[in-house]
Amino acid sequence: MPATPWMRHAMACAMLVAWTAAAWAEMPGDAGRGRVAVIGKGNCLACHHLPIPEEPDHGDIGPDLSTVGSRLGATELAARIVDPKTINPDTIMPSFFKTDLHRVAKDWQGQTILTRQDVADVVAYLLTLK
Amino acid sequence: MRAARTILAVLALVLAVRSPAWADPPFDPKDPAMAKYISGDKRSGYTFAEPETRAMQDDDFMNPAMLWVGKGETLWSTVEGSAGKSCASCHGKAEETMTTAGAHYPKYDAGERKVVNLEQRINLCRSQAMGAAEWKYESEPLLAMTTYVKMQSRGVPVSVVVDGPAAPWFDAGRRFYYERRGLNDVACAHCHVDHWGQHIRTELLSQGMTNGFPTYRLKWQKLGSLHRRMAGCNEEIRAEPYPLGSFEYVALELYLAWRAQGLLVETPSVRK
Repeated sequence: MPATPWMRHAMACAMLVAWTAAAWAEMPGDAGRGRVAVIGKGNCLACHHLPIPEEPDHGDIGPDLSTVGSRLGATELAARIVDPKTINPDTIMPSFFKTDLHRVAKDWQGQTILTRQDVADVVAYLLTLK
Repeated sequence: MRAARTILAVLALVLAVRSPAWADPPFDPKDPAMAKYISGDKRSGYTFAEPETRAMQDDDFMNPAMLWVGKGETLWSTVEGSAGKSCASCHGKAEETMTTAGAHYPKYDAGERKVVNLEQRINLCRSQAMGAAEWKYESEPLLAMTTYVKMQSRGVPVSVVVDGPAAPWFDAGRRFYYERRGLNDVACAHCHVDHWGQHIRTELLSQGMTNGFPTYRLKWQKLGSLHRRMAGCNEEIRAEPYPLGSFEYVALELYLAWRAQGLLVETPSVRK
């Protein structure tokens, strides 16, 4: 099957993400702080099940992340948090470290959901889930 | 006896551990009581509501939205404006003349050369036919009149015209529906097409059908318009909302009415 323009674009994006995300993997993160961010400003439990029993009613929109650390490495995790649309253009998942978004509420303009350090911390936490 | 109790206790424990955290409201598509709230693959928000919420909607004496309907009924025959008219002066009895209008809005208005929703149609009547001041969007009298008029179409299938002169509004509404927005970077379709039936924490995502608006929302503790709900959705995803009654929301309302076609008008519905 010949590659469609869309597929070429997706492949280029994936390569770009792999390249930029590799830099993320080298950034040191703190798993304890990551767990706090996962519950708090990341609001990951809205959609994902995680081994965080003190929080009730984890959502079921996204995949269960209980053992995500045995499936994905730091680079792959960072790519999915920073801008998951580069992997699945149709995903409902927010891009947690991206600013050029459409019609962001005034109070949030120019901001990202997570900071650079938050992303590294969340990655460190997720890597502990095996 | 004691053994039976032990078995029951163990069974209860196993069930408590095994059942998911969320317990969805009961819904069986084959249940004849649900037939009114389904059309093909489309499901009214009623089918996603808790039984207690459904019960409030089922009984007009329990439905708090009926307070607004009562106000609307009074306003229908209240003379206002320079022309010395009420709604009834032109339209007679609402029960006889408004039996389908609520199912067909938003609608292209040839005089205005634009698509207008029911709220705007009512205000056009006030400014043009009655010589009265327009009611503010989301004001008590406009909510009351809109709900009173739309309730006359209760049980009529939603059916709107989306081609011809209405096409630009329909296209704009569809674009809006599929366009990512806000810091959360999601479109309406992500929740209400791709993931309905799933949960954001305890929140059961519905198909976002609009056949019950204006609705009495328990969260608001009052009746509210569809545009207020849209603005609320936008704020939840950290997107800048549009003004109520704006082109964007009327266009989206037309698209949503098209999505809900076939479902019966339920106004005034009760939702969480």
